[in-house]
Amino acid sequence: MNLDRTQLLEAYRRMRRIRSFEERLSDLVTAGKMGGFMHLYLGEEAVAVGVCSHLSDQDIVTSTHRGHGHCIAKGVGIAEMMAELFGRATGICKGKGGSMHIADLDKGMLGANGIVGAGIPLATGAGLSAQLRGSGEVAVAFFGDGATNQGAFHESLNMAANWKLPVLYVVENNGFGEFTPTEFVIPVKDIAVRADSYAMKSLIADGMDFFDVFEKTGEALDHCRSGQGPVLLECKTYRFGGHFVGDPLVYRSKEEAEDWIQNRDPLDGFEQQCVEASLVDASDLRQIDLEVKEELDAAVEAAEAAPMPDPSELTADVYFEEGA
Amino acid sequence: MSRKLGFGAAINEAIQIAMQTDPTVILMGEDVAGGGKREGDDIDEMGGVLGTTRGLVKSFPDRVLDTPISEMGLMGTGVGAAATGLRPIVELMFMDFLGTSLDPLLNQAAKLRYMLGGKARIPLTVRTVSGAGMQAAAQHSQSLYWITAGIPGLKTVIPSNPADAKGLLLAAIRDDNPVVFCEPKLILRTSGEVPEGDYEVPIGKAQRIREGHDVSLIGFGGTVPVCQKAADKLAREDGIECDVIDLRSLQPLDEEAILGSLEKTGRLVVVDESTPRSSVASDVAALCVDQGFDFLEAPVKRVTAPHAPVPFSRTLEQTYIPSAERVIAAVREQA
Repeated sequence: MNLDRTQLLEAYRRMRRIRSFEERLSDLVTAGKMGGFMHLYLGEEAVAVGVCSHLSDQDIVTSTHRGHGHCIAKGVGIAEMMAELFGRATGICKGKGGSMHIADLDKGMLGANGIVGAGIPLATGAGLSAQLRGSGEVAVAFFGDGATNQGAFHESLNMAANWKLPVLYVVENNGFGEFTPTEFVIPVKDIAVRADSYAMKSLIADGMDFFDVFEKTGEALDHCRSGQGPVLLECKTYRFGGHFVGDPLVYRSKEEAEDWIQNRDPLDGFEQQCVEASLVDASDLRQIDLEVKEELDAAVEAAEAAPMPDPSELTADVYFEEGA
Repeated sequence: MSRKLGFGAAINEAIQIAMQTDPTVILMGEDVAGGGKREGDDIDEMGGVLGTTRGLVKSFPDRVLDTPISEMGLMGTGVGAAATGLRPIVELMFMDFLGTSLDPLLNQAAKLRYMLGGKARIPLTVRTVSGAGMQAAAQHSQSLYWITAGIPGLKTVIPSNPADAKGLLLAAIRDDNPVVFCEPKLILRTSGEVPEGDYEVPIGKAQRIREGHDVSLIGFGGTVPVCQKAADKLAREDGIECDVIDLRSLQPLDEEAILGSLEKTGRLVVVDESTPRSSVASDVAALCVDQGFDFLEAPVKRVTAPHAPVPFSRTLEQTYIPSAERVIAAVREQA
């Protein structure tokens, strides 16, 4: 493992940001202060951060309806994200995207996506663009287990493998597609084997373990960047919350969820491994917890005080207009 | 300088120019090279199912990409490439295949810029063969531009002659918005004078192709020659002089040109190759009633295909397509 102390602390900070951001959203939605469909990334933090720790702002990622984690991991500012989720003019998408379309191209984040699997061909196109421009960039598609049943997944993998595109396909297998257990709708145990049909390299990572995700991503990206083509990386993870805020969670047992939450928490695991190996002190992490909390308090306060979009924004940016 | 070129050749020339002048332009689709990268004295390339893109892969071997028969993947990849520095031309072999490729257009290309608060540009061109006229039957013949014209964020253009095809396609490729470019089968085998060199026909501007004061005939794509034929006959037999407008662009729609013509003539017939429900014809009729009511001296007439799939039999197909006779009948009904 080749992460120095600063990098480890940054990785923790991003995981903590995701955790605290999502918990705050859950509170805000439940309190009726925020609208829209809200799909939280709680429990899956190690996947986004483990992968994105390898990426620069020029590397493109595409995301899912559960996209806040990928945004934060990619370095998008939480103040602008919070303003977006409050539908404010100061939001990262001027209040027009919301949770399911949150994005920041300046950070290489091409967007959360409300259509399951739709980001996969977009990342494939970004990979094609990188290859033809000779930019050395990679594209990463994050998607869930459910998306691997979409045609868009299979069509994209076939094309990318055929053209040896620099694309990393990251499937976050969290055990449920919306409310349906994955094993009810996918006949293979490891989604990674779906890469075999396309003569594509695949890897499996423990999605609750930052270090495993980080290491496997490194191996995968070496493969992509050396011109050997795409990789399918399956991260086995678990959704701590429901499909969305307000999900009654009747379709899974409390024991199962509690086991994951109590024993497999990716932040706890990260802390344990780092402290045991004397890589960082627990006090450093508590300091980060505090700073993230303050950062979030400020983000919420600023967002609530920010102006709503002007009605003239309704039809702005439908089309690109020269000189506009 | 100009010379006579076929519709397909004009399109081919536009792509050639676009790729020469901009290294980010790529062409991707099913069979667009079609064997062009294979060696062998007795091997030639297809250049697409109708041969429109033949020769391009020889000039631009790295930028003309045969894709698998995966319309969803192909369209989505085009959108992703457009969002990240390329200017792709995606060929959707037949417009009916919108069915297997729609999400990347409807939910991605069209909405990305808006959803991202104006940060994205999607300079994507989708070339697609539309409409009836080749006995290609129901799944290879529908005119579906009314769908793309109705999706905010997309532009839709449809040329009626080779010169416009070349200029509109160059404008479409260079536009920073996703543009759907229809190639109507009714006129795909026609030829006409095409200027040499690099020029663009502006998107969103209709063109008056015949001046008259008695009735406005609004056509686009394959119905423009139908309108011209009807106008000739009406002038000869009835002494009715038609003002014939070629819309060229369905979104944006040149409302000024339509209303300007109506103001002059007081009568309007719109001729649309597609089915009538939610059609461009209905849209134009609504515009006339909504904003041109005071100009109207007779009801607006729509000449369209029936609300039916496109039939195979030549006789039935010819009946399906709006004819000059039906346009003439509509005009005479207004008189």
